Amino acid sequence: MADITRADVEHVADLARLHLTDEELDRMQTQLSRILEAIETLRDVDTSQVGPTASVIQLENVMREDVVRPGISRDAALANAPLRDDPFLRVPTVLEEGR
Amino acid sequence: MSVTLPLPDRTISEVADLLASREASARELTDACLARIERDAERLNTFLATDADAARAAADGADAALAHGDLAGRPLLGIPYALKDIFVTRALDDGGRPIDGGLPTTAGSRILEGYRSPYASDAEDRLREAGAILLGKTNCDEFAMGSSNENSAYGPVRNPWDESTVPGGSSGGSSAAVASGQAYFALGTDTGGSIRQPAALTGTVGLKPTYGRVSRYGMVAFASSLDQAGPLTRSVRDAALVLGVLAGHDPRDSTSVEEPVPDYAAALTGDVKGLRLGVPREYFVAGMEPGVETAVRAAIDVLRQLGAQVVDVSLPSTDRGLATYYIIAPAEASANLARYDGVRYGASAGEDELWANYTRTRGEGFGPEVKRRIMLGTYALSAGYYEAYYVKAQQVRTLIKAEFDEVLATVDAIVAPTSPNVAFPIGAKVDDPLAMYLNDACTLPVNIAGLPGISVPCGLSDGKPVGLQVIGRAFDEATVLRVADAYERAAGFADLRPPTATA
Repeated sequence: MADITRADVEHVADLARLHLTDEELDRMQTQLSRILEAIETLRDVDTSQVGPTASVIQLENVMREDVVRPGISRDAALANAPLRDDPFLRVPTVLEEGR
Repeated sequence: MSVTLPLPDRTISEVADLLASREASARELTDACLARIERDAERLNTFLATDADAARAAADGADAALAHGDLAGRPLLGIPYALKDIFVTRALDDGGRPIDGGLPTTAGSRILEGYRSPYASDAEDRLREAGAILLGKTNCDEFAMGSSNENSAYGPVRNPWDESTVPGGSSGGSSAAVASGQAYFALGTDTGGSIRQPAALTGTVGLKPTYGRVSRYGMVAFASSLDQAGPLTRSVRDAALVLGVLAGHDPRDSTSVEEPVPDYAAALTGDVKGLRLGVPREYFVAGMEPGVETAVRAAIDVLRQLGAQVVDVSLPSTDRGLATYYIIAPAEASANLARYDGVRYGASAGEDELWANYTRTRGEGFGPEVKRRIMLGTYALSAGYYEAYYVKAQQVRTLIKAEFDEVLATVDAIVAPTSPNVAFPIGAKVDDPLAMYLNDACTLPVNIAGLPGISVPCGLSDGKPVGLQVIGRAFDEATVLRVADAYERAAGFADLRPPTATA
C-alpha cells in the first residue's frame, strides 16, 4: 500500500483542493511513500479488541441556553474578505460545465 | 535568586516583587524588553509583529494601577509578554476598521498575510484582565507544524544559544524570545511537543497543560483533539503563575473542562520526599544523543537524592506514538485547513472560477510542510484507507492512553527526556521529514494521551541546553509543577541564560 502512485497523489491533491506543480507532485510521491511506510508499522499492532479514541475527554452534548448574545458584527466579519459586495461576500463563478 | 542578572533576564516572580515594592515600574520592564527586541529581534527573527507604543501605553496604565495599590485579581499586572502568532488578537472594531495597536495574525503562513482578527482569543482576554502587557506576536512554524521553526513563511528563528541552530518548534519565536530577554513569558501551543521541545532547546521552561485545561478559543486550529495552549517561562514558578491565569472553563470552547483550578503556586513546596517517579525505559531510545541521556539521568539522580522514590516503568507502545500521531494530526489538520478557501478571509489567487480559485489559492498560500500534512491527512481519511489508517490510529491511541493510565496508577509522575537531541543546525533536517518528526518522539505520546507535561532545563550538552520532561496524571499539573520546581531549586540551572542575555 505504501507504493503510492502518481495518480494517487493527483487524486488526493484533487480531494484536498490543492494545486501542486509537477515538481511538487514528484516530491510528494516520494515523501508520502516514505512516511506511509513508517506509518504502516501500526499494522503489526493487535487492535482486534480495542475501541477507537477520538478524544481523551469524555464529553457529550455540551449544552447552553439558547439566548441571543452579541457576536462579531457584519462589517467586522466581512472586513477580511478578498472580494465583497456589501453586505455580502462575493465568490467566483460556482457552476461550470462538467463539475 | 538571580538578582545579579540584567532586568529583562529575570523571572516574573522577581520583577513582580520589584513592581510591588516600587523598585521598578511596568514602564521600565517594558522598555527593557523593547530594548532587547530592538537589539535582537530582527537578527533572531523572533517577532512577526510588535507595537511598542501600545505596549508602553499599557505599561503606563499598569503603573497608574500599581500606584493606587490596585492589584486585586491581576497577578500579572505590569508584566510584558508575547503571544505565539497562532493566537488571534483583536485588530478590528465593530465597523470593521483597524484598531490602534491591534496586531495582525498570520499563523506563520502566507495564506493569512495581512489578516486582522475581528475577535480576541481567550488567552489574550485572560492575560489582559490579569494585567499583562502584550509586546507582540512571535514567529512560529506555519500552522504550528514543525519542530524547528524552519517552516515559517516568514523565515527561520535563530536560537540565542547558538545562532546557527534552530530554537525548536513550532513555538520557536516564543522560546527564543523568552530565552533572550525579549519578554518575561510567552505563550505557545503544543500539539505534539511544540511548547516543550522548543523550551528544551532554548533552556527555558515549557508547560503543556492537560487537554481541556485551557481554552482553545481563538487559537488557529491545527489538530483539535491534541492542541493545547501553555506558557514558556524562565522558571517553574512563573509557569505555575501563568497557568493559574489561563486555566479554567470557557463556554466558547466546549472541550474546555469545568474542573476547579487549584492554587498552583501552593503546590511548589520544594519537597518531593516519598513521591513515586517512573522512568520509562522506552524513552531512552537508540539515536538519543549521549550528552542528553547523561544530563537527564543526572537530573533523575537529583530527584532521587531529594527523597523521591524512582522506579523503572514501561510504556511499551511508545514507539507506535510517531505513526499514530502522523495519522491523527494530519487527518484533523486536513479538515481544519479546509477553511482556507480564498473566499471569507486570507489570500485569494483571484481566479474567475471557484474550483480553480480554491486550488490555486491553497497551492500558492500553503508551504511545503503544510501541504505534506494536508495530503497525508486527506489520504488517511479517503475512501478505502479510512479504516486501515485513521481508525487504526485511533485504536492505537486507546492503547497508548491505557498504558499511561496504568503506569500513572502506580507512580505520581513520569520523568523522561523532552527531546532526544539538543538544538541542531538550521537546514540540517529540512529535506528529511521523517528525521524532523523524530524530534517529537518523547513528547507526542503525551498529547495522544492528553496529559500534562513540562520541560525544565537540566544542564548543557556541548554548550547547548537539555530538557527534563515531567509528565503527570490528567488535571494534575500541580504534581508536575511540584516535581519540576523541586528539581529546578536543587539543580542550580535556574540562572542559565544564553550569551545574548548580557546587557
